[in-house]
Amino acid sequence: MLREGEIRIPSGCAISGIINKQGVRFSGHDVMKSIALMHDRSNGLGGGFAAYGIYPEYAEHYAFHIYYDDLSIKEYTEDFLSSKFNIAESHEIPTKKVASVKNPPIVWRYFVKPKSEFIDEDCGSDEVVMKIVMLINSKFEGAFVASSGKNMGAFKGVGYPEEIGEFFRLDEYKGYIWTSHGRFPTNTPGWWGGAHPFTLLDWSIVHNGEISSYGANKRYLEMFGYQLSLQTDTEAITYAFDLLVRKHGLDLETACSVLAPPFWRNMERMDPAKKEMYTALRVVYGNLLLNGPFSIILGTSNGIIALNDRIKLRPLVAATKGDNLYVSSEESAIREICPNPDHVWTPKGGEPVIGMLQKEGVRDEYQYATA
Amino acid sequence: MSISMQLPDYLVERDPNRCIKCKVCVNQCANEVHSWDEDIDSVIAAEEKCVNCHRCVTYCPTRALKIRRNPTEYKENSYWNARTIRGIDRQAEGGGVLLTGMGTDRPIPIYWDRLFLNASQVTNPSIDPLREPMEIKTYLGSKPDNVIIKDGKLIKELPPQLVLDAPIMFGALSFGAISLSAVKSLAKAATDCGIMWNTGEGGLHRDAYEYSKNCIVQVASGRFGVDAEYLNAGAAIEIKIGQGAKPGIGGHLPGEKVGEEVSRTRMIPIGSDAISPAPHHDIYSIEDLRQLIYALKEATRYTKPVSVKVSAVHNVAAIASGIVRAGADIVAIDGVRGGTGAAPLRTRDSVGIPAELALASVDSRLRQEGIRNQASLVIAGGIRNSSDVVKAIALGADACYIGTAALITMGCRMCQTCYTGKCNWGICTQDPKLVKRLNPEIGAQRLANLIHAWSHEIKELLGGMGINALESLRGNRLMLRGVGLSETEYRILGILPAGE
Repeated sequence: MLREGEIRIPSGCAISGIINKQGVRFSGHDVMKSIALMHDRSNGLGGGFAAYGIYPEYAEHYAFHIYYDDLSIKEYTEDFLSSKFNIAESHEIPTKKVASVKNPPIVWRYFVKPKSEFIDEDCGSDEVVMKIVMLINSKFEGAFVASSGKNMGAFKGVGYPEEIGEFFRLDEYKGYIWTSHGRFPTNTPGWWGGAHPFTLLDWSIVHNGEISSYGANKRYLEMFGYQLSLQTDTEAITYAFDLLVRKHGLDLETACSVLAPPFWRNMERMDPAKKEMYTALRVVYGNLLLNGPFSIILGTSNGIIALNDRIKLRPLVAATKGDNLYVSSEESAIREICPNPDHVWTPKGGEPVIGMLQKEGVRDEYQYATA
Repeated sequence: MSISMQLPDYLVERDPNRCIKCKVCVNQCANEVHSWDEDIDSVIAAEEKCVNCHRCVTYCPTRALKIRRNPTEYKENSYWNARTIRGIDRQAEGGGVLLTGMGTDRPIPIYWDRLFLNASQVTNPSIDPLREPMEIKTYLGSKPDNVIIKDGKLIKELPPQLVLDAPIMFGALSFGAISLSAVKSLAKAATDCGIMWNTGEGGLHRDAYEYSKNCIVQVASGRFGVDAEYLNAGAAIEIKIGQGAKPGIGGHLPGEKVGEEVSRTRMIPIGSDAISPAPHHDIYSIEDLRQLIYALKEATRYTKPVSVKVSAVHNVAAIASGIVRAGADIVAIDGVRGGTGAAPLRTRDSVGIPAELALASVDSRLRQEGIRNQASLVIAGGIRNSSDVVKAIALGADACYIGTAALITMGCRMCQTCYTGKCNWGICTQDPKLVKRLNPEIGAQRLANLIHAWSHEIKELLGGMGINALESLRGNRLMLRGVGLSETEYRILGILPAGE
C-alpha cells in the first residue's frame, strides 16, 4: 500500500489552539482536554500538537524533532546533521507506552545551530535550516523532520490526539502557545510524518479541510524552490506562509489576505489605495489563493492566527478569557476548558483571528481547567 | 482534356411539391448555384458550385431544399480515398496550390475529449454558483515575483495588465479577411462582455475606434494599419509571428478585396495585394524580437502589455521561454486546429502540433525555468466550448482565444471557402451586398450570448470542483484525469490516468 506522500489523502479534522498573550507558559493538559472532546471528528489515524516556549534553555537553537524508521537511517541522518550543524544536545524524546499507539518510530530531539561556513549574506541560518529540512524530508527515506523551529516543537503521530499527547507526555511541557489536531483521513496514512501539525522553522499549521486549489498552490510554490514531498494541504499552506512572510516580507495579516483574498466585487468598494494593494496581491499571488473548505491555525513564536476559507465551508469558533485566546473547530471544545469565556464569536469567512504575544519573557502562573 | 473529372461535392435536392418558386435561393446564393430557368419555369441548380453553406436552406420559406453529400462512390480504397483523388483532380485541372479556409478538418486526436474534470464528493463540498460568489475575472500580463507593501500601501505598481471578465477573448480576425460588420459584431460584443477582441493584421477601422479599449491591436509582418495612433488606441499590442492554420508562411489578401475601407484601414493603395511576408523582415532571431517588443513598449510608454503570438510547433516550449525572456507580457499559442481565411491545404493539415500538448509543455517549461509568472499564457486553436476552456486553464492557460466558435456564432457554417470572398453569411467577404447580410447589432448580441453562456458553464464546472476563483484552477492539473492516452502523452500533459 502507498503511504502518504506517494498518494494524496483527503481528510476531515478537528483543530484547537490556545495562546496566552502575556507569554505565560502552561502545560499541554488543557489543549489535550479540548481536542479530546472532539474525539468523533477524528478517526484514530492521526493526531498531533505544536507547542511554543517549551525549550527556554535552548531558545537560540533550532530544535529538531526527527522520526526514524530504523537505526541505520538514524545513524546516516546523524552523520549528515553533524556535517552541517553544531549539535548542542541530542536525546530520545521521552515517551510513555500507550496501548493504542502502535508501531511508533524512533523519536529523537536535537538542539542545533548551522555551522558558520554554510551561512552567508544570501543564505541566512533560517534558509540553511529550511534547505536541510527539505532535503531530509524529500530524500532521506525513513527519516522525517517533524519540526525544526526555535523554542518550539511538534509532537504528532498515528492515533487519536489525546493518545498521542499522552504518548509524548505533553502534560510535562510548558508553552505559551498550544495548537492541536485530530485527523479523519479517508485512508491509512501509513506513517507518522503525515499527521499534523506540519511545520517549517517556527511555522506550524494545523488544518481542517481539503484544498481544491492544491494543484495550483503546489505548482506555484515549486517555482520558488519548495519541494512538496507529503502531498498534503498543510505542507502547502506552511510553505505559502513561509514564502509570503519570511521571504517576501509581508505581514501576517496581509499574508492571510493572499490565502483568503477579498472578492473582486468587494475590492470595487474599497478606497483607491486599498483597492490597488489588494488587487496587486491577488493578481500576483492568485495561485496561492486557498480554495475549498479550510480552517487553519497558524502558530509562530510571536502568536497565532486562525483563518477560514472565504465562504466558511469549515467550522471555526474563537473566544477570549483574560489574556487567553482560544480558537477551535467547536465552541464546546473551548467551553470544555474555559466554561465562562469573556467573549465568544464565529469569525467570518476569510477574516483572520489574530492573537499576538504582547510581552517578552516567560511566566508560569496559569489557571488550569479543572480535571 | 475537355471534361472535368471533378464530381460535385454536394447534391441540391429541391422538393417540387414544396417549392413556391419565390427565387429566394437564387437571390441569396453568391456562389450562383441556383438560377431561374424561364423555359421550364422553375429553379435549377449548378451543383458543382455548391459549398454547403446552408444559406439557401435557411432562407427557403417552405423548407423545400436539402443539401446532401454526393453519394457517388469511388472504388473502395482505404489509402487512395475520395478526398485524396479529388485533391489530385483539382490540381490536375488547375495546376495550383490547394487553397482552403477555416481550421483543419482532419481527424487529429482531440485531447480535450480525452481529459476529464474532477468534482467534489463528501470530503470537500461543491460550491453552488447560484448561491455563492464565483470569480472568473482574469488579469493578463507580467506578474512580478513579489509584492512590496509598506504601511498598508503598495510600493511598486504592477506592470500593465489586461482585465477580462471571463477568461475568453476573440482571436485575431482581420478586417479585409472578415467584413466590417463582423469586426463591429466582435468589437461590440467584447466591449459589452468586458473581454477583448483582436484586430488581426487588418488595422483598426475608424468605426471600431470606439471599441478600442477592449481591443488588442496586432502588429504582423505586413505592418498593415500600424501607426502611433493605432498602437496607443488598443488595450494591448500583439506581435503576430505565426498562426496555427499556417505556421511558417505569410498571408495574402488579394487586391480585389482591398476596397476603399480596407485600403484606408490597412494603409495600402486600393486594389493592391496585401502581402504579409512569412517572417517579419526585422525579426530573424530572438534578440530581434526583443527589439520589436521594446520598440512597441517605448511607443506606448510602457502602458500596455505586449503579447507575442506563435503557432504551436515542435520546439514551442523553448520558443515560448525565449519569448518570455525577450520581454513579452503575454505569450499566445495557436495550435494546429487554428482557423484561417485562406491557407494552403497541405500546410493547414500537416504543419504544427495540437494546442493541448503545446500548452502543457509550454506551461511546464516556463515553470521549470521559474518564469511562468513573468508572462500570461493564452491558448488558441480549436477551443469549441466552455469545457475546453476549463480544461485549458487546468492545463496551465491564463485565457483562451476563440475564433472559429465566434464565427459560427455569427452564422458561419464552416463551408471552408472563406478564400473565395463569396461568404453568403456576410462574414468573410468585402462584397457590400453580402456584408449587409450581417447586422452588427444582432451579431454582437449572439456573441455576447455565447460569452455569457460559457461564463455560466465555467462557473458551474468550477463550483463542481469546489473552486470559487479561477486562479485556483490555473495550472491545477490534479483536476484533470486522462483516458486512453499513451504514457508519453500523460507525461507531456502532466496528468494522471483516470482511476489513479
